[in-house]
Amino acid sequence: MLADYFRISLRNLRKRKIRSFLTILGIVIGIVSVVGLISIGQGMQQAINEEFKTVGQDRIIIKPGGEGFTGSTPVTAEFSTEKLYEHDLDVVKNSKGVYKAIGVIIDTGDTEFDNTIKYNNIFGVPTDSYSISFIKTVDFFIIEDGREFEQGDKYKAIVGYRTAKELFDKEIRIGNKVIIKGQEFKVIGIQKKTGSPVHDSMVRIPLDVSRDLLEKDDKEFTTIFAKVQKGLDPINVAESIKKELRNDHDVKEGEEDFTVTTSVQLMEGFNNILNIVQIVLIGIAGISLFVGGIGIMNTMYTSVLQRRKEIGIMKSIGAKNSDIMIIFLIESGILGIIGGVIGVILGISLSKGVELIAFSLGVELLKAYISAPLIIGALVFSFLIGAVSGLMPAMQAAKLQPVDALRGF
Amino acid sequence: MLKKTTEKPTSRPQKPIIKIDDVWKIYKIGDVDIYALRGLSLTINHGDFVAVMGPSGSGKSTAVNMIGCLDIPTKGRIFLDGQDISHLTESDLAQIRGKKIGFVFQQFNLIATLTALENVMLPMIFQGTPEEERKKKAKELLEKIGLGDRMHHKPSELSGGQQQRVAIARALSNDPQIILADEPTGNLDQKTGKEIIALLRQLHQNGKTIVLVTHDPDVAEYAERIEKLMDGKIVSIVKGKNHNHQHTGR
Repeated sequence: MLADYFRISLRNLRKRKIRSFLTILGIVIGIVSVVGLISIGQGMQQAINEEFKTVGQDRIIIKPGGEGFTGSTPVTAEFSTEKLYEHDLDVVKNSKGVYKAIGVIIDTGDTEFDNTIKYNNIFGVPTDSYSISFIKTVDFFIIEDGREFEQGDKYKAIVGYRTAKELFDKEIRIGNKVIIKGQEFKVIGIQKKTGSPVHDSMVRIPLDVSRDLLEKDDKEFTTIFAKVQKGLDPINVAESIKKELRNDHDVKEGEEDFTVTTSVQLMEGFNNILNIVQIVLIGIAGISLFVGGIGIMNTMYTSVLQRRKEIGIMKSIGAKNSDIMIIFLIESGILGIIGGVIGVILGISLSKGVELIAFSLGVELLKAYISAPLIIGALVFSFLIGAVSGLMPAMQAAKLQPVDALRGF
Repeated sequence: MLKKTTEKPTSRPQKPIIKIDDVWKIYKIGDVDIYALRGLSLTINHGDFVAVMGPSGSGKSTAVNMIGCLDIPTKGRIFLDGQDISHLTESDLAQIRGKKIGFVFQQFNLIATLTALENVMLPMIFQGTPEEERKKKAKELLEKIGLGDRMHHKPSELSGGQQQRVAIARALSNDPQIILADEPTGNLDQKTGKEIIALLRQLHQNGKTIVLVTHDPDVAEYAERIEKLMDGKIVSIVKGKNHNHQHTGR
């Protein structure tokens, strides 16, 4: 019986092609934006989580500048005028629970190779044996080809996997020359692929050289990495580092001019921001879906008005109120679900397209992640929007008195 | 029983199928009461062929609605097969209509988006008849009325007479006891109209109860008896002159 009602409803929709199409379009736009935004949001979240996996959970990151109003967002530290120096590294090294620590310079700059210039991340890393032994344990510094820095290396560079293989038309090989911020460097090593876009597209040079090139102060660091002693909770160690640095800088709790974050906290911080952004965007997309629902309601009301006579005929040949109601509900549900199917397909295409465009522009964190729950959820939701929007018109249709309806007005 | 009919040609049992007992229908338009029916009483027995005749404004349409269980009276009672239906809900009435009454309208009233076959199947859908059975029955009915080769056509692809015959097939699909034909020839030319009347007579001979509502005296004469309606009630009952005559329309 339901199959028959489906058939009747489909016939009606097909008869009013343009109106059905326009109504469906309203839902399509809503679903496209919701699916597109969610898949990109989830993709970004995944990419960031991947990123942090390569950092490792036993790491603590110390950056200059306080936490500011927004709490523990690592982003605010980037804009700080405060700085960290070698002395701070010593304090960190001597804090309770710290196994090893190094200070690095992280910045961006232009790299020239094969007569083309690309921007990428420049890491200035220390080349003393203590630091090198630390660096060798870091996932995103592992050498695949060539060698690690040695004490005394000067204008030598180690490049990330993507920098070597994909960034330039020509592949960078060991022994090639690259020009970083106007200075020529000889490539001595190529790093293993990490899967993290930030780390794969870096260029690594000795610390002292990087300070000169990037116009940093003598003895300055932009970031201090610490590794926690085995078996200790990074959060407790981070607290002890904070305490030591507070004493050293002579500041009170809450007024720190530095930020200490564990890699887990950092990840959570990013995820929080991303979640808020996602909720806002999906909220906006939701409005368009709501408008689409109103479109369905409008169409169904018009349909009820136009088909009064048909409703009367069906009632006179034995259709109960519930039969009429079901026919109209199926009709609006179909409008919703067709919109949903098209919307999901277009939404996936859109987010994949954005991913491709972003990739070609070098933005690798912008990824689309399409999950089964997202697709199923979008389809169920679009059907529900259709059915709910059709509910009132369907009730109106069902309540029509056959005598009035047959008269057709 | 208010009106006793005596002109039964056969020894059919005189069991009323529809009994309308002093029915009033009053519409309120603003502050004005419009009396559509003023104490209508009418008894239709099993196997009757009754014509209800009256000029426009006589309450004919309202009477049809009452007989067809499409409307409920303001006052008075309606019995269908002995059951008082005056106070049933719309959904209960729909069930009864679907099972017991087959409608044939002046405007044919086929569903434009469905084919002839699907139109005939529709009442059976509402009764929950299984698909196979529905299809078989609908095909049989369409073949019987001579539209076997047109069953996959939409109403717009059929002539008026063909549409009306599809409507009659539809009316028959649930094997109702009563066929209620409201001006069935009103939109047809004379020849086609006669064919439709012939079809109704044939159904009557096969045992159906036929209620034919018309303003056309020539059409009404084919009924066993004619109930004349005026100002919302029956004013006279006469025997149909042509009831036993062979019709010549075919």
